[in-house]
Parts: sequence; structure tokens; C-alpha cells
Amino acid sequence: MKMVWSRKIAYVDLSTRKVVQKSIPKTMRSLYLGGRGIDIYLLYNHVEPGIDPLGPENALILGVGLLSGVPALGSGRCDVAAKSPLTGAVGDSNVGGFFGPELRFAGFDHLVITGRAEKPVYLWIHDGEVEVRDAMHLWGKDTFETQTTIREDNGDEEIQCLVIGVAGENLVRFANMRTGMKNSAGRTGMGCVMGSKNLKAIAVRGATDLEFTHPSELLECCKDMNDMIMSTKWARAQSKWGTMVIFSHTNTTGMIRTRNFQLNRLEGGEDLEPENMDRYAIGMAGCYGCVVHCRHRYVLKDGPYAPLYGEGPEYTSLGAFGTMVDCKRMETVLVANHLVNKYGLDTLETGALLAWAMELYEKGILNDKMTDGLKLDWGNEEALFEMIHKIANRDGFGNILADGFRTVMAKIGKGSEYYAIQVKGMGSLHSDERPTPSFALGIATSTRGADHLRSRPAIDLYGLPEELLQEIYGGPVSSDYTSYEGKSRMVWWQELLYAVVDSIGLCKFQTVFCAVHAPSWGEFSKLIHLASGMEFSRDQLMEIGERIYTIERMFNIREGFTRKDDALPERFFKQPTPIGLPIVKGKKIDKEKFNTMLNEYYVLHGWDNNGDPTKETLEKLGLHKEPTHII
Amino acid sequence: MLVLQKILLIDPEKCTGCRLCESACSIHQDKVCNPLRARVHVVKWETAGLYIPVVCQQCDSPICETVCPLRAIKRDLKTEAMLIDHNLCVGCRLCVQFCPFGGVEIDVKTGKIIKCDLCGGDPVCVKFCDPAALQYVEATRVNMMKRRSAAERFSELMRKLLATI
Repeated sequence: MKMVWSRKIAYVDLSTRKVVQKSIPKTMRSLYLGGRGIDIYLLYNHVEPGIDPLGPENALILGVGLLSGVPALGSGRCDVAAKSPLTGAVGDSNVGGFFGPELRFAGFDHLVITGRAEKPVYLWIHDGEVEVRDAMHLWGKDTFETQTTIREDNGDEEIQCLVIGVAGENLVRFANMRTGMKNSAGRTGMGCVMGSKNLKAIAVRGATDLEFTHPSELLECCKDMNDMIMSTKWARAQSKWGTMVIFSHTNTTGMIRTRNFQLNRLEGGEDLEPENMDRYAIGMAGCYGCVVHCRHRYVLKDGPYAPLYGEGPEYTSLGAFGTMVDCKRMETVLVANHLVNKYGLDTLETGALLAWAMELYEKGILNDKMTDGLKLDWGNEEALFEMIHKIANRDGFGNILADGFRTVMAKIGKGSEYYAIQVKGMGSLHSDERPTPSFALGIATSTRGADHLRSRPAIDLYGLPEELLQEIYGGPVSSDYTSYEGKSRMVWWQELLYAVVDSIGLCKFQTVFCAVHAPSWGEFSKLIHLASGMEFSRDQLMEIGERIYTIERMFNIREGFTRKDDALPERFFKQPTPIGLPIVKGKKIDKEKFNTMLNEYYVLHGWDNNGDPTKETLEKLGLHKEPTHII
Repeated sequence: MLVLQKILLIDPEKCTGCRLCESACSIHQDKVCNPLRARVHVVKWETAGLYIPVVCQQCDSPICETVCPLRAIKRDLKTEAMLIDHNLCVGCRLCVQFCPFGGVEIDVKTGKIIKCDLCGGDPVCVKFCDPAALQYVEATRVNMMKRRSAAERFSELMRKLLATI
């Protein structure tokens, strides 16, 4: 009898056009579940240390979560991994939309794509077959046109595609992979890896049943899960305003990076309040299996880029093209959001680099000659749009920025690195982590470079009773978000939780991210049991999370990353927050306390003081013999 | 009196395109998840942001019933749903060809004719549709709701006019 784990892995060598299909042994499921877990195992096993991320030997790995397809909790998530051309560390990005489940319906849970096609190709995957097809006619097309053309070519509107735009073709190191109008595997330059393989798109369609061990009970449970998440105020707020709703909080308190890192609140930024999206929104949209529907569908009727239809923007884009570059108009954000989506650029990285460039321009480290005459002044939206075009097309100064923080810092020099808000070569979200040590630790330890989605313990902001925090996190945690006490535990715990969430293919927003009573370990156990028959206790799931996080760590160690890379930019320690509520104002990160947190964090993971997993930890997790090349 | 009969009401303006209805429908009907085998579908114009759920309308004068040469499609007295009697159905697919709503379909796996049966009076898709793009409501209430939403547009206009005076 077919079960969810009967789906296969397809190994595609684009150099030889050879495709091999293999089953996924059940033991791999019990060690790594699926999605990000199995992807990272494959990454560690199929990518040799020290290779060029843009060489044919890098593997682009896709994986659908174990629960992908079930009607609950935004189960449409798909994970993409490769060695990152942006950081040289673990490249890993998670995407919603409808691609993941469709890949499953087409008969596959994982893809391992290696080699390089001689000329542009796309993969056509349907009903158990993988075909490498010519994509000359798609090369040069934007991410929207590419999907439309593939659907037209095959006469099926419901084909789902993951594609790159011009940015990926031009090997912009933070190019993303996109599906639909809005969803992106945005971080760590997975679109750049795709471009390096001459792979324009992956198109999927299938009619294979997804069978479950206890279908009727599963359906019932899914309904309960959806009710559970919708009983949180967070989900209700998201349903109406999307992640933009966070802006109202952070811009009031002073937790939003403005003018790169100069301010922590955008004065006069009222136009960016989420309610103003009502001017443009025609409704909300949800990903596959999502009851929350957190993204706007919007229409822009006026301006040089109008008329246009777009989806989003996320809170991330409000920062990227709003506060960080000091643009105060919602329309600026909407246009920039549309442009990066069209080109296939990571919105966060693009905004972070441009905000940095604007600060360097202000400081005189960059001048008109270097910026091709563009006045990179704060709030100059024309320059902002122009730079997006330039980065995607690798034109002039855009060609320089297209290589990401690490390369550009080395190229510009002159103390420019001090102003760069990045960790391990990847830019950080525009949240200001100085008042919240838990958030600060999380961006420093994230295996994929500065990132909020690896561990963010957002419930830290709620001032919950310490008894409750102890119950959730299994140890003492201060209820004060400016405290350092117990915050290493929060970060560690959330890292394990999100590693599991990314591996079962649910949406993080529908777990303990922003609401305490959202689905967590117990609910995951139940869903996994009803869907697949497999039994996992809370402790077993946490151990799987630990295994996934530790093998990511091992990948980074193998690439030369050490404790010194789990660091924050110096500005976090030197420059206090200038404004905000009394609890937020005047805050910077205390270096000594930060190091103590980091030590505690390593101990919780079972890693030594250098951040290397101990022998006992490796043996406990069964990682001491990796790479084992089982799949 | 038929006025108390419930109907499956579609409000495309509320649809968010998540396809929970499709997924839940297929699990309920066939015990597997396969949106292509669902009885309800969300048809999308993705680049314009339009999502329209499509499902059998359980018509008052059903064409499927009229064209069926074997009278294999009959109305359920309790729910008013048009049901297929698979003992009679020969799979001629005339109902599929003639239904103007795409409400009768060929199961991609079994080749059998399938359609919405309102889950015996408790439609699963409705339970999974939080934005209420799919509702199961009494016919009298449908009229009332439609009237109110039409009148609301006038009411907004009136409010604006009155405010300017």
C-alpha cells in the first residue's frame, strides 16, 4: 500500500541529461522526516567541501515536506538547498505557493540536480517522469512571463513552476527562485545556482494520489488545526494585513532599522501602515492549504509602472524599500516589490545592500563616479528603482552590488564593512535586534547567515509569565525581552522547532512563532501519525530537529566556518538605539553577555566552546559516520 | 415549500485561492489527497488575481438529468443534491459534455463519473473555507444576503451623498 513516504527522489544530471529515480528508505524518514531535513542530508552527502557554488559539482536540491499536501497549516511548503553562492555556507530557502504539493502529485518528494546544461533547459516533471526540455525561448523572460509561457506551451493553466528571472540568469548572487505571483525561495541565492546550471524552470503537474494511513481522522485533525491557528489573534491580524501588521508594532516601539542602521523608527512613515494597503488591495491570497491567507492582492493604477497587478508585499519589503532606504511612500514599496519579483531578486538582500550603499554614499565612501552618477540619497526612489534594474542586469554599479556583501566589502574597502549589517555574508532583516538579545543571538547563530526565520522567538516580545515560558522552553527564561537570561534556550528551542517545521512542510507562521497556543510538537506528532503511521514523541521530534541543525553546522564547519562567524556586526555593540520607547531607547548589545549567551547556546546543542559538535553529540544523533551516502 | 432547502453558495470575491476545499474534498470523497479528483475546483487567473470556485450547482432543472439516457442521475430527497447511481451509469459522459458549470467530471483515476453530493448535507469544503467563499445556506437566506450586499453599495453611495450636503 502506498504511503506518503513512497514518493521518490529524482537525481538529474544536467550535463548528461541522465535521470535516476530512487526510493526514500523509511529509515531516512525517521531520521530526517523530509523537506529541509532530507535536503540537508543530501547536501552534506552530495556536495564535496570547497567546491565552487556556481560550478557543475554544486547540487541544487529540492524537497517537499513530509506533510505537504494535507489540508492544514499552509502545508504547501517546499525547501531548496545548495551550497550558497552568497555565503559559501549552507544555502537553504523555503517557499510556499502551490509548487510543493504539485511536485508530490507528480510523484516526487526530492530532486537532486547536478551538472550544467549546455544551453538553457527546463525540467518538465509529470506523473512519475522527469524530462529535460529546451528553454531557449524562455531565456531572458521575467518570472511571470516564464510561468505563463510554460503553461501556454503545455496547454495547462494549473502547471506549477519554480523559475528564475533575469537576475538568476545573470548570476546575481542573491537571485531567488519564484513560483506564482509572489512566492519565492528567496534567501541564499538559490536562483543564482539555478542560473549557473542553465536551468530556467522546473515545471510540475501530476495526478498521483497522496495516500494516508488514517485519512478520515487526518481530515478531522486538519480541521482542528486550522481552527486552532485561527483562534490566535496573530493569525486573524495576518488574515487582514499580512506580515505588514508587524510594522505597526515595530515602528511604534522603535525596533525597525531605518536609514540602514542609523535610526530605529521611520518618522513620518505613516503611509507604510498596513491599513493603507486598503487603497490598493483587491483581496487577500493564501498558499496551498492555508487558512490564514497573509498576502495582499493589489492593483496599482497610477505611476510610471502602472497598471500592474502584484501580490504582497511582506513586512520584509516594507523595510527593504521603505524604512531602510528612508522611502516613506507605500507606492514606492509596491513598485519595488513588483520589480524584484519580476527580476527574481531576493527582496531582503536587495534592500539591505541598497540601504548600505546609501549610507556609504552619505559618508563619502561611495561617490557619483562609482555609482554611475546616481544620487544614492536617502529616500531617492528613482535611484532605488534604477538600482534594482542595474543589479538584475549586472549593469555598472549594479554589477558590483550583485556579488553580495562579502565581495563588495572587499572591493570597496575604506571601512565600508563597519556599515554592513550582515552575518556570514548575508544581509539581515530590517528589524533592529539591539533591544532584544534573543533576536540578536538568532541572527548570529543562523546556519544560513543573518536570518530571522531560523530561530526568531517572536513570542519573547509578549512579556509572558515566566512559568509559562518555562513550560514551553523546558528551562528558565526571562519574561523581559531586553534581558539575556534564558534567551539562548529560546533560540536553541526555536531552531529545533523550525528545522522540524521546514521538514514536515508546514508554514512557520502557523506554529509557535508569534502565538503560544499555535500548533507545536504535540500537534505535529499527531498529524505525522495520522498521515504516515509513524510515531514520534515530542523528544524524538526535538532530536530530529537537533540532527538537522547539527548536520547544517557540520556542513558549515567543513567549509571553514567557526565560532568567529557566529558574530554580530560591530555596530550592534557600539552604537545604541537613538530613539523609541523607554525600554527600547539607548540599547546596544553587551559583548560579554552576548558571548555568555553563545556559550550557553553551544552547550544546549551539545557543541563545544568552538561551536563544534562533540563526539558524544555526533554519536547520539548518529552523525559520527556522515557522509553515509544512503540516498 | 423548497425555500428552507440549503444550497452551496459561492462568493468568488471572498476566495483566497488556497485550495483547501479541493484537498479536503478529495480526502473526504476518496480517502486520498488529489485535488484533480476533487468535486470542487478553484479556477484561477493568476496574473490578474482572480479566483473562482467551481462546483455543481444542483440545478433546479438539471441538464445532466435530462441528457442521461439511463436516468442514472437522480435528486436526493433530503439534500436536493443530484446523485449518480453507479449501478445504472454506463459512463457515456453526456452529462459531462452538457453541464454548463463543469459540475460533472470524469475521475482521472477510475474513469468513473463523479460530482458533488453535498456530502450528504454537511459539505466538507464549506467547513474548511474560513473566508466563507463557500457557504451552505438556506435558499431564503441567500436571497436576503444577496439583497443586502446589493443594497450595501447603494447605502455607501447614499452615505457619501448625505455627508456632502
